[in-house]
Amino acid sequence: MAASAGVTGAVDAAEKARGKYAALSFATIAVVVGLPLWWKTTATDRASLPYSEIANLDTLEFQLTVPISVVFAKGTLPGDQERKLPFRESQEAETPLNPKTSVTAHYQISYRRATPQEEQALSQVSGQDDVVLPAQEAPAGSLTIFVIPPGSHLLPQVATMYIGKHRSAIIRAPGGTADVLAVVRTKIQQVTRVMSFSAESITGALSDRIPILHLGTEWKRPFKSSLGYEITFSLLNPDPKTHDVHWDIEGAIRRYVEPLLNKLRSVAEISVDSQILYYAALGVTPRFDASSSSYILGAHSLPHVINPVEARLGSSAASLFPVLNFLLYVPERLHSPLYIQDKDGAAVSTNAFHSPRWGGIMVYNVEPEAANETSFPRRVDVDMVRVMEVFLAQLRLLFGILPVPLPEDALLESFGNEGLSAWELDRLLWARTVENVATVATTLTSLAQLLEKISNIVIQEDVASQVFHAVESAQKALLDLGLGHLESAFQASKEAVMSSERAFFDPSLLHLLYFPDDQKFAIYIPLFLPMAVPILLSLVKILREARQSKKDSTKMD
Amino acid sequence: MEQAKALLGLLLLVPALAAEPLRDSLREELLLSPLPSGDLAATFQFRTRWDSDLQREGVSHYRLFPKALGQLISKYSVRELHLSLTQGFWRTRSWGQPYLQAPAGAELWVWFQDSVADVDKAWKDLSNILSGIFCASLNFIDSTNTVTPTASFKPLGLANATDHHFLRYAVLPREVVCTENLTPWKKLLPCSSKAGLAVLLKAERLFHSSYHSQAVHIRPICRDGACLTSSWELRQTLTVVFDSFATGQGKKDWSLFKIFSRTLTEACPLASQSKIYVDISSKGQENELLEVTPAPQSVHEASVQGNRRTYAVYDLLDPGLFNVSRSLNVQLKWKRPQDSLDLAAPVLHAQRYVSGYGLQTGEISTLVYNTHPYRAFPVLLLETVPWYLRLYIHTLTIITKGKENKPSYIHYQPAQDRRRPHLLEMLIQLPANSVTKITIQFERALLKWTEYTPDPNHGFYVSPSVLSALVPSIIAMKEEDEELSPLFASLFPSSDGSSYFVRLYTEPLLVNLPTPDFSMPYNVICLTCTVVAVCYGSFYNLLTRTFHVEEPSRGGLAKRLANIIRKMRGVPPL
Repeated sequence: MAASAGVTGAVDAAEKARGKYAALSFATIAVVVGLPLWWKTTATDRASLPYSEIANLDTLEFQLTVPISVVFAKGTLPGDQERKLPFRESQEAETPLNPKTSVTAHYQISYRRATPQEEQALSQVSGQDDVVLPAQEAPAGSLTIFVIPPGSHLLPQVATMYIGKHRSAIIRAPGGTADVLAVVRTKIQQVTRVMSFSAESITGALSDRIPILHLGTEWKRPFKSSLGYEITFSLLNPDPKTHDVHWDIEGAIRRYVEPLLNKLRSVAEISVDSQILYYAALGVTPRFDASSSSYILGAHSLPHVINPVEARLGSSAASLFPVLNFLLYVPERLHSPLYIQDKDGAAVSTNAFHSPRWGGIMVYNVEPEAANETSFPRRVDVDMVRVMEVFLAQLRLLFGILPVPLPEDALLESFGNEGLSAWELDRLLWARTVENVATVATTLTSLAQLLEKISNIVIQEDVASQVFHAVESAQKALLDLGLGHLESAFQASKEAVMSSERAFFDPSLLHLLYFPDDQKFAIYIPLFLPMAVPILLSLVKILREARQSKKDSTKMD
Repeated sequence: MEQAKALLGLLLLVPALAAEPLRDSLREELLLSPLPSGDLAATFQFRTRWDSDLQREGVSHYRLFPKALGQLISKYSVRELHLSLTQGFWRTRSWGQPYLQAPAGAELWVWFQDSVADVDKAWKDLSNILSGIFCASLNFIDSTNTVTPTASFKPLGLANATDHHFLRYAVLPREVVCTENLTPWKKLLPCSSKAGLAVLLKAERLFHSSYHSQAVHIRPICRDGACLTSSWELRQTLTVVFDSFATGQGKKDWSLFKIFSRTLTEACPLASQSKIYVDISSKGQENELLEVTPAPQSVHEASVQGNRRTYAVYDLLDPGLFNVSRSLNVQLKWKRPQDSLDLAAPVLHAQRYVSGYGLQTGEISTLVYNTHPYRAFPVLLLETVPWYLRLYIHTLTIITKGKENKPSYIHYQPAQDRRRPHLLEMLIQLPANSVTKITIQFERALLKWTEYTPDPNHGFYVSPSVLSALVPSIIAMKEEDEELSPLFASLFPSSDGSSYFVRLYTEPLLVNLPTPDFSMPYNVICLTCTVVAVCYGSFYNLLTRTFHVEEPSRGGLAKRLANIIRKMRGVPPL
């Protein structure tokens, strides 16, 4: 009996040990195989993103380098100063905007003597209007400033400064001072403020990142930087029964708009079209002014004009670019003549107004009919010169090409029929590049925040590669700005915008795997609870027994 | 500003504006035809013609032609575009042959230029943009409901090549048409809805009707008789059938004011033609049955769809029309009550139904009628069936007058699951005075649970089949100049005087698919987990527990209870 009990005891012990091992191996397999498998199969597919670099982009320190070469004609500098030529110097101007954004303008000025060809060009005597600047090919963003002797006849005698349509300017050296260089330096500053970016234009471009308090109203007028724009000219004829309005829009666009757009096409893709809308009325009934027997549209009612018209304008079907609308409104006979009044009650001379980031509207009054003219509809031919003068000015404003205050005694070369001078384009490029980089930084930061916050979003490889490309391009743009390579900086910033937008709006990000936690539990509990409870219980039991036997063995000792 | 002035100063020498001839024109037309059943069909047609080359790149200038559509045509190199949005079904049997029928729901078919490299992508983008323009769900057009018919849809306008690879056709039978589709359609009209016939387009009346169909047709047409250059034509048509019994308290008399609650006061000043036609054909009877007021300015006789018809014509551009009264309110009065107005059945009509029981198999039957007394003619039948109805093409039978009718042309493209639908095109000869029955069996497929619509028990729509035929006319028709003939007669080209083109659509079908219980996935998960857990539990116990024989003790609760009962009965305990 005792023997058999001993045998059963041994068998029991062996059995118990086997059970213990079995339970342990279950636990091991569950931990080693089951857990990783479960983790792997339920994890969302997320490619890695350059989070730290995106975080770096959040703090933007723009270094804008403008290479300026100052060329002195013979006899401009006194002897001791001329001996120092050529030499270089640099000036810096920092504009801290907020803790995360700062702009440092970096002017690299190199002084040199004029080459013989330049000397020849500069010593010419020219007429009143056309000043011949020495031919030169300057890269975008750079400036060349020629300094001529006080007695030179290149410029009219009254002028001390002349700003060309390319990237060059002429300064007349002051006569009768010893330190010519010091005076020239202040003049160079004046010239660069006109021909290159100014603190205001850059601040305007960064308006999204800085509180509005700092700024006036000018900043919100230009369109946001975009890869393309659509310009639509619409003729609104609310009264086709009395007015048969014709406009030679084709010719006007060819003559006036295209030259400007050809210049701007390096900045963005631009397409132009026009339409005529009949029975499209303004949403406001104008007030009759008995004293002038005309109808008045007050400044306070102008905001209500656009919305009803916009429903008829039609959105652009063929692209997603922002649309600049230019409306020419021929008021109905009942309400003509119609004049726009500004806030002070004075009639606006152009009879036009513009709406920031939307477009412009011009009211075109038809000549009152002669007494003998009674047949309707009257044919009206629109004077396109008058109209395009207004629309072009509005177009420049909406593109952010603002008129620059010129220093006194300065002359400005007319840009001829090219519509835009090279330095105006440079100013635009500076602002647009800065704006693009800022946009990319904002887009990528918010994308990264979103992806970090919502862990269920799938990040596919191509989205990740777009993000990487955007970050690289933005960094390249910043670097190029610092080196003064404006053209390549702009191209890089454009690419960065494109990639970041493509990543941000990628439809695959929307395939959000929505598994709320309570539903997860509802599915896991029926499976995991019955499986985990025995494993845990037997582990607890093994532990307790191990502790017991340890206690027993110490007791035995 | 200063600079702009300077620029313009340089360019002040502007040549005088040349008075060029207008290159676009608008014609508008309303056709009011009393239907044999007593209802009234009103068909509006607006035709904008533009003598311009839209395919040209660069700046585009629009006057009467809507910019949105013009941009589409040039961007996607569209050769022809036909879009119709329809609510209700045109009952050919009781309403007669329609001038322009459209299937219930949305129908879109587009011919692309042969310069388009990726037709499928252009088609997808185009349908998405059209969906935005017309506020319709055309964005649901994808490869599962798009087909490329080989014979049924030929270009209606000028076309050199007819390579059907550049054609795409899709129907969304489920689409519901309402005001939000009408408003953008009205906005495309040059006069909007402010003047001309479009004043009558009041949504609340138009949708209080038995049938509403609006369409946009864009096609290139000949610029002149010599046809050396092409022009673009945009036709906007709207057909409404008013239920006169419901609106007129049992009377069949109507007036413009009664049906549209508006009257006409002027023509659209941009239109070069603005006319109202009222169908006053007396159907062979000698004495006149009806009377229209005011007296029509002229009467137009035309042979339309094989019948001679008489129309009273009102020309809104004629100043004499508004001399008498300031507004035009066309009225029609029936002189005698006419109850026994029997309708001669249209020469070609068809119906379709689905038969069978259960949720596994079924049969689609199409009946095509030729009621012409002595002429046989061929008809092209196009069937588009979604992939989830698996057609058994070997069960296709075509029976006419008890005998099998072999189609002379057959094109079948089988479906691919979740990729493309079935396409079946056949050319069938219809003998005179006959009924042809076409049947084909199908099996219903099981869908994945995410593929069901939100209301799966409503059923799934199968788009109507399309019949295209050159129907021989009973009377001889004379050739008419297309520019002069009324618009409603001129969309489909008539080949010669002896036959006319008809395109008919059958009813859309509604098929029930086997629908699962949608809480099923969770139940399945729970059940599987429970089964796994139970199996696992016993397995685990078997492996980890130690078993030993237990000495019999005093027994459990059951034994004690049994013993108490035994004691009470006086039986020895266990």
